Amino acid sequence: MSQTDQDLSGQSRTGDPYAARDHARAQAGTVVEAMPVVPAAAPDAPLAPGEGPVVWEETVAPGGYATRRLARGTRLRLIDLHGDACASLLLFNAENPLERLNVADTLKVQWNGYLGQHKLLLSDMGRVLMTILADAAGTHDAFCGASNAASNARKYGSGENYGPHPNARDRFMLGVAKHGLGRKDVHPCINLFKGVRIGADGTTQPQIGPFAPGRAVTLRAEMDLLLVLANCPHVLDPRPDWSVTALRATAWNGAITPADDPIRNGSPEALRAFLNTEDYYAR
Amino acid sequence: MADPQVAGLPGPIVHDEVVPARAPWLHRVRRGETLRIVDLEGNQAVDFLIYAAGDDAERYSAQDTIAAQGNLFLRTGAVLLSNEGRAMMTITATNVAYHDTIGGACSCESNTLRYGHHTKSQHACVDNFLDANVRVGRGKRDMVSNINFFMNVPVEADGALGIVDGISAPGLMVDLIAEMNVEVVVSNCPQINNPCNGFNPTPVRMIVSAPR
Repeated sequence: MSQTDQDLSGQSRTGDPYAARDHARAQAGTVVEAMPVVPAAAPDAPLAPGEGPVVWEETVAPGGYATRRLARGTRLRLIDLHGDACASLLLFNAENPLERLNVADTLKVQWNGYLGQHKLLLSDMGRVLMTILADAAGTHDAFCGASNAASNARKYGSGENYGPHPNARDRFMLGVAKHGLGRKDVHPCINLFKGVRIGADGTTQPQIGPFAPGRAVTLRAEMDLLLVLANCPHVLDPRPDWSVTALRATAWNGAITPADDPIRNGSPEALRAFLNTEDYYAR
Repeated sequence: MADPQVAGLPGPIVHDEVVPARAPWLHRVRRGETLRIVDLEGNQAVDFLIYAAGDDAERYSAQDTIAAQGNLFLRTGAVLLSNEGRAMMTITATNVAYHDTIGGACSCESNTLRYGHHTKSQHACVDNFLDANVRVGRGKRDMVSNINFFMNVPVEADGALGIVDGISAPGLMVDLIAEMNVEVVVSNCPQINNPCNGFNPTPVRMIVSAPR
């Protein structure tokens, strides 16, 4: 049965276009937790000298997603506001999205399976997409990927985007679609804030928390990027209830990584990845 | 004399082919058929991707497979899942302790990071995958994390990982039953800068058996 929004005298507030317009406009100024701030502003953004302005400020809903184009040099700070966010990440070269995050290369080239401070996120073309500048969380996952409609349906009874238990893969689908990309572009992802450690026999050992509120990870864009974020329960979350809390994203402009950057020069593999990236932008 | 490499297959052999060292291979395997891969000379990495035959946007997902089985290593019984959570193939038998699915495929580009720019012109698995895929209308968007049969990638307690000396041997095998109609794309790995092929790429044998 259809409903109407009525005033005290029982008159509909939306019975004609003028009333409907006034009704819609009266919502302006509503503040909720999960929303973008436009124009972007973040008084607590830790801008170093020469950095700024803030270019993106958005809190992603539990079960929500967000997508953004980030310029080379941009700093991106993600905050697990209440200790139960799971930031699943897809990354593409904005100029040519055929180039994208390669999780296997990211681990293999750096000789380590655990993401954290000073690790690089590498593309499938031997270049650096992002650098993890700072990591106050330490629990991340490059092995287990995104939940999907089937896995959420098994655990929670449903997984659709339109339902109460969205899954990360279908969130990614919406995010990539907004850049003209599709199913084949949803590549293996990484999960920040929810961790997986590997036992001696190869077992996956999930670190799901919930954790202390306010843990932050700060990354630097090393190329012009398309970023797609999904914030859904980790695929190995053992809790019977669909549990996830809001994720805050703040980005600000910063310098392109200089030749004397310690992370750039931190290993021979890192240096060659940065050299390849700089070579790509030699034009 | 009976060929020991076909022993135990469930039904009549419908395809039998040796893939040369360094070469790509593409083959359709019907639901219910068994694909046997024979590591003819030992410790030859076989990089392996699977696409659903009717809808190749559905493809093997290493991450879904690892998450669902709760383990990095592929052993007998491992169900190889798609990016949409469906079973594509199952490992029904193998006489190698485990196989890798986190090491990915070597590429000209990643070789420059791992070994230096002098390796850029060397042949690589991604180029094999692309060579096979472009001929059937696929391309770079179809490259995802793959399986490496007969390749050994241990993970240490501190997360250290790497391709180390193999645990396969001449004549060891893996059997995979297709759970749906699939297109299998293989790179018989040409890498010569690490021990994944014992620094010497060699041929492998592909045998497809009909159901029992």
